[in-house]
Amino acid sequence: MECYFDNAATTAVFPEVRELMVKVMGEDYGNPSSLHMKGVIAEKYIKEAASKIAKELKCQEKELVFTSGGTESNNLAIIGTALAKKRQGKHIVCSGIEHASVSATMEFLEKEGFEVTYIGVDEKGVFDLEELKSALREDTILVSTMFVNNEIGTIEPIEEISKIIKDYNENIVYHVDAVQAFGKIRFSPKKLGVDLLSISGHKIHGPKGSGVLYIKDKLLVRPIIHGGGQQKAMRSGTENVPAIAGLGLAAELMYKDNETKMKHIKALKERFLRGVTAFENVFDNSGAAPHIASVSFVGVRSEVMLHSLEDKEIYVSAGSACSSNKPHVSSVLKAIKLPQERLESTLRFSFCEDNTIEQIDYAIKTIGELLPVLRRYTR
Amino acid sequence: MQYKVFLIKYAEIGTKGKNRYVFEEAMCKRMRNRLKPHGEFEVRREYGRIYVEAFSDYDYDEVIKVLGQIFGIVGICPVVVVEDTAYENISKSLIEYIDSEYKNKNFTFKCHARRNDKTYPKSSMELNCDLGADLLEKFPELSVDVHKPEVMIDIEVRNVAYIYSKVIPGPGGLPVGTNGKGMALLSGGIDSPVAAYLIAKRGVEIEAVYFNAPPYTSERAKQKVIDLAKLVSQYSGVLKLHIVNFTDIQLCIYDNCPHDELTIIMKRLMYKMAEELAIKDECQCIITGESIGQVSSQTTQSLLVIDSAIDKIPVFRPCIGMDKQEIIDISEKIGTYETSILPYEDCCTIFVDKHPVTRPKLEQILESEKALVGKIEDLYAKAMESVELVYCR
Repeated sequence: MECYFDNAATTAVFPEVRELMVKVMGEDYGNPSSLHMKGVIAEKYIKEAASKIAKELKCQEKELVFTSGGTESNNLAIIGTALAKKRQGKHIVCSGIEHASVSATMEFLEKEGFEVTYIGVDEKGVFDLEELKSALREDTILVSTMFVNNEIGTIEPIEEISKIIKDYNENIVYHVDAVQAFGKIRFSPKKLGVDLLSISGHKIHGPKGSGVLYIKDKLLVRPIIHGGGQQKAMRSGTENVPAIAGLGLAAELMYKDNETKMKHIKALKERFLRGVTAFENVFDNSGAAPHIASVSFVGVRSEVMLHSLEDKEIYVSAGSACSSNKPHVSSVLKAIKLPQERLESTLRFSFCEDNTIEQIDYAIKTIGELLPVLRRYTR
Repeated sequence: MQYKVFLIKYAEIGTKGKNRYVFEEAMCKRMRNRLKPHGEFEVRREYGRIYVEAFSDYDYDEVIKVLGQIFGIVGICPVVVVEDTAYENISKSLIEYIDSEYKNKNFTFKCHARRNDKTYPKSSMELNCDLGADLLEKFPELSVDVHKPEVMIDIEVRNVAYIYSKVIPGPGGLPVGTNGKGMALLSGGIDSPVAAYLIAKRGVEIEAVYFNAPPYTSERAKQKVIDLAKLVSQYSGVLKLHIVNFTDIQLCIYDNCPHDELTIIMKRLMYKMAEELAIKDECQCIITGESIGQVSSQTTQSLLVIDSAIDKIPVFRPCIGMDKQEIIDISEKIGTYETSILPYEDCCTIFVDKHPVTRPKLEQILESEKALVGKIEDLYAKAMESVELVYCR
């Protein structure tokens, strides 16, 4: 039985999205900047996608910029703000458990003369708000945090963080990487008090290479990609119309009956965790996000367990998939102070609404069979 | 300037007496094959030399790279061809060539002219003197040194004239396929591809074997070995890679033998399998990347015990006396280093004991291996039956 439990890495594209994209690529292939009819039709797809996403985020269409994905959205938000505000200050605050597209961008800015303060987390992965308060300074221009942690699924208290920042100085820009939250949690950046918010298409059954950055109306962000002036010059380059159309539809479909979907996913996650933690020396490190389960199988290296599961058609992640070609101990797992034996034996199982109870039970049974065999052979 | 002709220099083949033809032809064949995707070329042997002539546009760097991967070639000389051999033409072309090829003219040179066409109005000696004088007149910074010139300028006059002075070093060695066949053990590390390269360099055709251990090693580790085999095949020609599923054998050793002897016993079994595969495919040697003392299984004592596992075929270890850095230098030169250092575990490192034996005794190992009798035979046969073949090119 094939079990794809790696939905936090990427998801299968919705069939409706696939069909729409094929239509855009084959028939409505115009350049949205073209003056003729073909261009007008292409432009309509973009407007429609923006309207769909704006509806879900309860924001204005003009506050959305389409990008090539979560990584570009994060880069544009962080570098774009740093460039726009460098005269007011060069201090940035972020957490120590951010995705590489945030942490590596911070490292880049540090080399360019910015100063970055990293705040810690508790053993659940929740940001230390006291640390945040004391990190804020007169020259702080930007705070960047994630919404849902991609490795363990912690949901961060975004609204509280925003309040702390804005109480201190309302000019500080607050960016949220919502790649793992969008489509799973209902929220509005305006209500949360967020100025910039990153979204990725392929985590919500949309196409890879699609993403959005929400930029609060009138907020100053300097573009990082220059050219023909598309998207009000915030992100030049001919719009990826099929991907944008696909992303818009995926967002709409994802939020349709969202409560039912999430209830189902959450039930799967809980059933799975109950099942596997019943085995000896198996530990649950998961946060509250409905779709992410982080489990340590002490005594079995995560890679070995991953490949053994793969052999049984169960597909999961060790640490974070985006960086699994470099074996490193996950900085998230280290930050929540997992003991060494759990650091090297942790797997991430991430679910979607297409997963079934049968798949969960099959996975539990398979793990139950594999554990004693794999534990016999350790170095 | 697009060179139309390359003169190929080769050294050792020239000493092979009556077999010389075989060696030259093997090398030419390989050149024709490798050049095919890069344009229209003719590779020809004439007057005891090998020339590559281009009949279409080509990318200079690509062609030099390809020729630089063909064993047997010692040097590659880009040649300027002068169609009209009238003296004035040769002189003019020579001056243009020196002008464009050497920005800084502050060097010593010597003209070395030869004429195939004995009816040519000037003798070789006269050509040397006159062309040298023309160059000196045009570029006063030049000076002549007939004993130790910094630049030797060759001029060959036949139905057309050839001018060349630069030699781009080739890999040397002997043309692949002129010296039998060997079975290389590829692990995915730095040393084994270098070992395969060094033996291929002596004209030996290469096959390889990789021991895969899923789920303890990943699909990517296997892909890495295939990629390495492809890189080696650029030098050695198509490489037949045997992929053996070794997991059950490894687990059987783990269950039955002392853990500090695992690596030694495992390698003895790998050698046995490699020997069997080698004999089946008519190889005359096994090739490994071991270097004395690099790890516990590469002490002289360990090598002795491992070697004793086989008795029909010799093991060639071209890296045996090299330091790690020397091996790394070669791997960088041949382009395998970047792939070798990708961090995927190979089956040798998975069950490594914290304190493996460094001075194993054969009697002791044979004693330990008795525990495998009756258990390992089926697993061994099963692994040999299910060998996966990948042709890397």
